[in-house]
Amino acid sequence: MSKSGSTVPADVPVQLLHGDVALSGRPVLREVDLTVNRGEFVALMGANGSGKSTLVRTLVGLNPLSAGRLELFGRTLSGFHDWSRVGYVPQRSTATGGVPASVWEVVASGRLTHRKLLRPLRSADRAAIRAALEVVGMGAYAHRGVAQLSGGQHQRVLIARALAGRPELLLLDEPTAGVDLPNQQALARALGRLKEDGATIVLVAHELGPLAPLVDRAVVMRDGRKAYDGAPLADADVHAQGFDAGHVHCDTGLNSAGSTAAPNAAVPTPLKEL
Amino acid sequence: MTLLELFSVPFMQRALIAAFLVGIAAPAVGTYIVQRRLALMGDGIGHVAVTGVAIGLWTQTSPTWTAVVVAVAGAVVIEVVRERGHAEGDVALAMLFYGGLAGGVFVTGLAGTGASRLQEFLFGSILTISVDDLLVTMALSVVLIVLCVGLSPQLFAVSQDPDYAKVAGLPVRFYSILVAVLAALSVVIAMRTVGLLLVSALMVVPVAIVQQLTRSFRMTLLGAMGAGLVASVGGLALAAALSRTGANVQPGPSIVLVALAGFFLVWPIGAWLRRRRALVTPFPETSPEEKPVDEAHPHLHGEKCGHVAVEHGDHVDYIHDGHRHAAHVGAEGEHYDEH
Ligand SMILES: Nc1ncnc2c1ncn2[C@@H]1O[C@H](COP(=O)(O)OP(=O)(O)O)[C@@H](O)[C@H]1O
Ligand SMILES: [Mg+2]
Ligand SMILES: [Zn+2]
Ligand SMILES: [Zn+2]
Ligand SMILES: [Zn+2]
Repeated sequence: MSKSGSTVPADVPVQLLHGDVALSGRPVLREVDLTVNRGEFVALMGANGSGKSTLVRTLVGLNPLSAGRLELFGRTLSGFHDWSRVGYVPQRSTATGGVPASVWEVVASGRLTHRKLLRPLRSADRAAIRAALEVVGMGAYAHRGVAQLSGGQHQRVLIARALAGRPELLLLDEPTAGVDLPNQQALARALGRLKEDGATIVLVAHELGPLAPLVDRAVVMRDGRKAYDGAPLADADVHAQGFDAGHVHCDTGLNSAGSTAAPNAAVPTPLKEL
Repeated sequence: MTLLELFSVPFMQRALIAAFLVGIAAPAVGTYIVQRRLALMGDGIGHVAVTGVAIGLWTQTSPTWTAVVVAVAGAVVIEVVRERGHAEGDVALAMLFYGGLAGGVFVTGLAGTGASRLQEFLFGSILTISVDDLLVTMALSVVLIVLCVGLSPQLFAVSQDPDYAKVAGLPVRFYSILVAVLAALSVVIAMRTVGLLLVSALMVVPVAIVQQLTRSFRMTLLGAMGAGLVASVGGLALAAALSRTGANVQPGPSIVLVALAGFFLVWPIGAWLRRRRALVTPFPETSPEEKPVDEAHPHLHGEKCGHVAVEHGDHVDYIHDGHRHAAHVGAEGEHYDEH
């Protein structure tokens, strides 16, 4: 399991100490400590509004800390410039620009951290874009407009965009929400491969589903504070322990037997509650 | 004077070169403006630039350079107010626009140069493009086109998803202000041809024309530049041709009307494409219930059966009399499920 603090500082992808974050003047995150070690797969869980997205956005530098200290790969945020090592999949938004954009173009922007100004895409960039599209099963859609995709397809394009940059640290905000089971399984395979290659992954999920076997550690947020940090929890446990107050669930799948059960039988489909 | 003779006159040639370059450059910047959903930004900058021109006329310096300074300053203020996202931002911007226009007309009055001199800048003018103006226009147009095309990966990413661009380490703020400054420069180079009050149309309408047909950003950018070129040169030629008959048509209005005519010509094709795309937009990826279709099926759905095929997760549904039919091979043979 996680061995916080024992590694060389420069090796630690994420280290947040006593992080406070206020949004529009409202304190949202309070005294959050979070260390993610190299190669770890952390599931960030908790009820809606508990601060999961805010925490992930803080970790990638989108929300300023009002107190505390954040280091990425051993450098404080202001001194960290190596953004090609970080990949981010935002929580899904249907917002698109006012002009058409193709799937290829959106995924290609995931290569920007590797490109020099005023240079065309190199063949390595193209290969990475194609590979990322294949991984999420969108290879045949490269020249479609993103406005014509279903929600789940759009989500997979955003995942491909992050994968195209070949990040060492990947943060995904609810990548499986609204995605059907076969595609959740495809995502689990892709993240599994990334994990084997040594990537560090922080994943926000309301339900883990087919991703459960990958998880090394669970962090549960509650009301802007960290309520649990330790061994992986089954979806049912998160709810049962009251971390998830006010949320009604009918699924019982994937608890103790969890990680080895055949996905089809054990996995509750998050879609049922949408 | 025939139309051909007219085009051999030096002032007309200068006007043509300017219209050619401005027709390409303004929609290039306009594509990013529209992508950021700021279609009215060009209007705002145009209004503010009126004050810049008036200051140039009053101080008897080059109206082009005073317009550059004031328009760039106005564009940066607009971008900063927008970025802050204040609730009062909207009203603040509106006041900036009114102030720009009123200030310009007021200062022109002080200068005693008369409204007709200002009008050349408000709606464009074929006759008044000097060699110096043309050189400035050429230089700035080339800069604009090179930046808009060369930086398109960065500017696209920043306009499409600013949060993601920030995590990719791009200086989002710098690029946002750069787009605003480019917009200001395209307003200034376009003011002699389309004029300050109509310049925004040359930035926005060509984009609106081509995005009815395109699916990628790149094609939209290049297509808008082509459409802008046709509208700009076509509109100028129209104004010149009409002026032969004794009419006094400024190039600005005729360029904008040509562009709008292009939009309405393309509109039926766009509407047809949109309808077709909407029909085949995939259904949400839920696990469907398996309910066999009751009625007997006279044919197998396929590529040529004429029923619309819509992707649905890992398979295809066919729209048949308002139902979604999905082929299903069960124990009792192949049938269609209602999805
Ligand atoms: N821009 C914002 N301004 C003010 N409050 C916000 C903003 N965004 C989110 N919040 C609040 O922060 C809390 C945590 O939100 P969020 O991080 O999105 O939760 P989660 O992702 O766990 O559902 C919620 O109470 C939400 O209302
Ligand atoms: Mg969230
Ligand atoms: Zn059919
Ligand atoms: Zn179906
Ligand atoms: Zn039928």
